[in-house]
Formats: sequence, structure tokens, C-alpha cells
Amino acid sequence: MTWRPRLAEGTAPVLVVLLLLLVGLALAGPAYDEPSGYLALLKRAAPLMILAIGQYFVIVSGGFDLSVGALVTAGVVIAARLIDGDESATTPVILLVLGFGLLVGLVNGLITTKLLVPSFIVTLGMLLVLDGATFLWTDGAPRGALSAAFRTFGRGALDVPLLGEIPWSVLILLAILVAAALFMRSGTGRALVAAGDNEAAVRMSGGQVDRLRLLGFVLSGLLAAVAAILLGGFAGVSAQVGNGLEFRAITAVVLGGVLLGGGRGSVVAAAAGALSLEALFTLLNLLGVSGALESAVQGLIIIAAVAYASLGGGLRQRLRTRPKQRNTVQPAPS
Amino acid sequence: MSILQQHTTARHTVRRPALRRRFTPVVVVYLALVALLVIGSVLVGVRGEVLLDQAGILNILTRSTALGLVAIGQTMVILTGSLDLSVAYLIGLTSLIAAETMAGQDGMVVPGVLLALAVAAAVGLVNGLVITVLKANAFIATLGVALILRGYLEDNYTGPAGDVPRGFQHLGYDRIGPLPVAALLMLAVAALAWWYLSRTRPGYHIYAVGGDIEVARLSGVPTRRVVVTAHVLCSLAAGLTGIYLASRLGSGAPYVGTDAGYDLESIAAVVLGGTLLAGGRGGVVGTIGGVLILATLDTIFDDLAVDPFFKDVVRGVVLVTAVALYARRMMADRTRGRLA
Repeated sequence: MTWRPRLAEGTAPVLVVLLLLLVGLALAGPAYDEPSGYLALLKRAAPLMILAIGQYFVIVSGGFDLSVGALVTAGVVIAARLIDGDESATTPVILLVLGFGLLVGLVNGLITTKLLVPSFIVTLGMLLVLDGATFLWTDGAPRGALSAAFRTFGRGALDVPLLGEIPWSVLILLAILVAAALFMRSGTGRALVAAGDNEAAVRMSGGQVDRLRLLGFVLSGLLAAVAAILLGGFAGVSAQVGNGLEFRAITAVVLGGVLLGGGRGSVVAAAAGALSLEALFTLLNLLGVSGALESAVQGLIIIAAVAYASLGGGLRQRLRTRPKQRNTVQPAPS
Repeated sequence: MSILQQHTTARHTVRRPALRRRFTPVVVVYLALVALLVIGSVLVGVRGEVLLDQAGILNILTRSTALGLVAIGQTMVILTGSLDLSVAYLIGLTSLIAAETMAGQDGMVVPGVLLALAVAAAVGLVNGLVITVLKANAFIATLGVALILRGYLEDNYTGPAGDVPRGFQHLGYDRIGPLPVAALLMLAVAALAWWYLSRTRPGYHIYAVGGDIEVARLSGVPTRRVVVTAHVLCSLAAGLTGIYLASRLGSGAPYVGTDAGYDLESIAAVVLGGTLLAGGRGGVVGTIGGVLILATLDTIFDDLAVDPFFKDVVRGVVLVTAVALYARRMMADRTRGRLA
């Protein structure tokens, strides 16, 4: 009955990296002497962290979701055109954007599971369709404007007693993170990981692999819509708002020690990976590294992270699960 | 439930296996291409124009050249079960290296080409080694290398640089009859790749590794070497694309590869051509068909003056539909206990 905090496998390294980055920030920038600096960082990182959580659900069940960047752009552009500065339209449009994300996830999931198309291809196709359709609808450039109420979620703050002003996006992020962590401890969450680890075993034991994967895609689409609402508020309307976010989210998830191909890793670590990425960019910025080199550093880091996971931490795991597979199978003597 | 269902539907729909066997993805791709050309000709004809006149053929082939070269390389890595997301930035980099080395002098053409190819091969080697030695997932490894290349490009270039001598621009613009020289060269590269994949031992090894890397290793295939070689060849193909684009543009441009989205586009072309994303099955012939379909679609839409954003929508739908069809066929084949 004793409860002890347990870290999922692969979580520790990213937390260490995150801690080092946060300490680095405190040393490098005077803004990070007080909590408000870190709160601002968290606010900036919230959309990416939410995307990473969504991407985690898909990756851990054995897929990819390349459509989230285009979905974020589509969400912001759709919201701007439909609201067009009209405050009263805010609530229905928010619901519509969330519903749209859900629908896109559903389509991704259904095509992947029912038509047996690899998720990489499905979501790549969805990326093309979303990019094309959104701008076909708006004649090539984003139009309209978001209402102030819509933008509150991205840039506003809520006055919480005792704690002071907490940005909405941070509160939303925390709610999603807690919900995701609890979900991953539930039976469905564990089955989702199992579906990514060993599909056949889950099928044999009566798990609905297709339904689980579908759920992963739906959650990813829904969370991408949430990220779109936050980013629209934070950064405003632009046609480039979601550019490259899919790769950034996948990077964050991988940085969190989650195995591509599924079956390993925790959702908290994926979110921590996203926060580390954002903290890293902030740190590089403070240290005066040119923005151009940011992507090069990002590239080096993800290669290092994956190499570490598969050579270092993963080695023990591999030896344990597949004991000396290579050596036990000998070619027949001729 | 689903397996049983597919089993029974497979029994019902497949009555004549001999006929079905002839409809391999490659045949389907070229039939689709012919159908597309016919439908396109009719649609364009309704507007009082001709799709396949001199300019139309030229347009389709020119569009196919760059994407075709990248896609040939991409086919090799995808066949091994890997993939390469770094080609787009590599194309930009090699176009710059070629154009800057040439610097407008005819004598520097050969060194420029060789240097660009050497850099491309080195990048491919890095991709391959990161995947095989560091055991990084190919998606992440090549994405990481892509980001590193991007950082280098963004840090050093703001726009086009270098100068290609006039003599070298002939590569991009000369024609033999109605056929552009570069398109013929692309087809020659495709033929070479076809020969390599289907007539040589290293080519067979590529299929073996893509089919099942563990089985290939146990059968004595040097799997690491195969993967690294495929990546080097893929990057060389991307290098050729960069050189070709430099000759078309007259200079090197850092974002010439990414603007056209050659990374994901080439993967789309390969998969459209019937090669399995998981590796082990497919080939260059199908890929060229996929490339021609994409180029023909573009040309038809241009002739019909369709909104460019509509093209993306159609591309996405075509890609997913095609792969869904191939997946159905494979399931049907598998339930009948035959690996086509």
C-alpha cells in the first residue's frame, strides 16, 4: 500500500536536461531570477507542450502525426475568418475549431486503421489537403481578425488568489498535462502503449488496437486545435503560424525519451521535452547565438538524444527483453 | 473480425489470380498515368487548347526532372526501410556549392560538379552512419541532419549566390527534338538505378534489408553497409538535383529544395509509385510513374488555370487514395497466402 513516486522509463534524462537548462537560464538572464520569468517561459512553451502531448498519444501507439502544423494554421485562419472581429462569435467558433481538430484526427485515424495506409502517408496527405483547402477558402491569405475574447486564452492571465497572475495558457496546459498523465495511468492509457509495443499481443488479449490508435489520432487533432487557439491568441493571425510545428513536436517527444515506433515513454517526459526545447531556444537567444544556428543546435540535440536512448539507456532494456538474440541463433552447420 | 472479413472479401473479389497478378502497382501507376493524360487532354481540349503539344510535353518533363532525380534516390533508402528528410536542404546546399565553385568560369564546371557531389556523398555517409552506428531512427537522424544543414544555410546565406557559366546552363535548357537533355539524363539515372536494384547483388541486398533486416543479417547480408550505401546514393541523387537546379537558375539558391518541398514530395512520389514505405518492395520504375503523375497533374492544373491551393488538396487525396488501394491489394494477397 505504500505509494512511492515512480518515474517512467526514459524520463530521468530529460528531466536532468531540463533542470540544467533552467539553471543555465537563471545564470544567463536577469529575467530568470524570479518566478515571473519562468512563468513567461511556460506561457511561451505551452502550445508546443500541448502539441507534444497530442503527438505523444499517436507516437506511443506506433504512428506519426505530420498534420498538426497544418492543423494549427488551419485552426487560426478559420477562426480569424469566421470571427472577423465579432466578439459574440467567440464561443461558437472556439467550439467549431475544437470540433474541426477532432474531425481531422478522426479522419486521420480512420484512414490509418481501416484503410491500412501508414500514418506517415495519411497525415502527409492531410497536411497537403489542409494547407491547400484552408487557403483555397480564404483566397490565398489569412483574412478577418480574432476577437479580444478569443485572444485572451493565448495572451491573457487569470488572477489566482495567493499565486497572483497566472496566464490562461499555463492553466490550460496544466489541466491537459494532469488529465493526460492520469489517462496514461488508466487501463485505456496502458493499452495504448501496449498497442504500440506489441500489436499482436494486444489483439490476442482482446484489446481493440484500431480503436486505441483512433483515439490517439483524435486526441492529437483535438490538442492541435487547442494549441491553435493558444497560438492564435499569443502570436496573432498569420499564414505561417503552424509552419514546421509537426517536426518540432515530434522532436520534443523524442527528446522526452519516447521511442518512435511506439511502446515506450511517458507523456510527462514528452511535455518536458517540449519545455526543454523552448528553454534551449531561450537560452541560446540569451547567450547571443544567432537565430540561424538554432535549428543546427536542435538537429544535433535530437540526434544525440536518440543515440543516447538507443545506445546508452536502451541497451540494458534490449538485453533484458531480447537476451542475446543475435548469438543464440547460429547458422546450421554445413 | 477484420481478418476474417478481409479473407472472405478477398475470396470473392479475386476470381482470376493470373489476371490480378499482372496488375502490379507499377502497371496500375502507368495505367493511371495514361488515364490521367486522356482525361487531362479532354479537359484541356474543352478549353480549346492541347495538353500534349510541344510545350506541354516539355512542361511535364521539365517538372519531372528535379523531382525525379530526388525520388530515385529516395526510392533506394525507402526500399531499405529507411527514409531521408534531409534531401531538400541538401539540394539547396549543393546548388550553392556548385554555383559558387564555378563562379562563372567554364573551366571550373567539372570541379564544381565534383565538389557538390563529394559534399552530397559526405552528407549521405553521415546520415547512414548515424542510423547504423548510433542506431538512431532514420526519421530523427535525417531530420537532425536536415536541421543542421538548415542552420548552416540560414547562417551563411540570405539569398542566391554564385554564378553558373553560360556553357553549363545548356544542361538545364538544351533539347534534343522535343525532349529536354536533363530529362533524358534523369531517365538515364533511373535506368542505372533500375539496373542496380534488379540486376546486381548490392541491389538485391537492399530489398533483403528492407524486407526484414534481422533475416538479412542472419543470411550474411552486410546490413550496415547496405543502409549506408543506400543513403550515400540517395544523397548523390539529391546532389545531382542541386546541380541541375543551379544550371536552370544560373546560380545557387539556399531554399530551392525546401520551397518545392522536395523532402516530403519525393517520399510522396515514391509511395505513389507503389513502393512500400516500410521497405522491401517496389522500385524505380514505379517511382518515375509517380513523378510523372504528379508533374502531369501540375501541368493540367496550370493549363486549366486552377487555383494553386486546389493542387495541394488533390495531391493529398491522390496520395492517400493510391496507398489505400495498394494496401488493400497487399492484404488480399496476404490472406491468400501469397507474397506478390
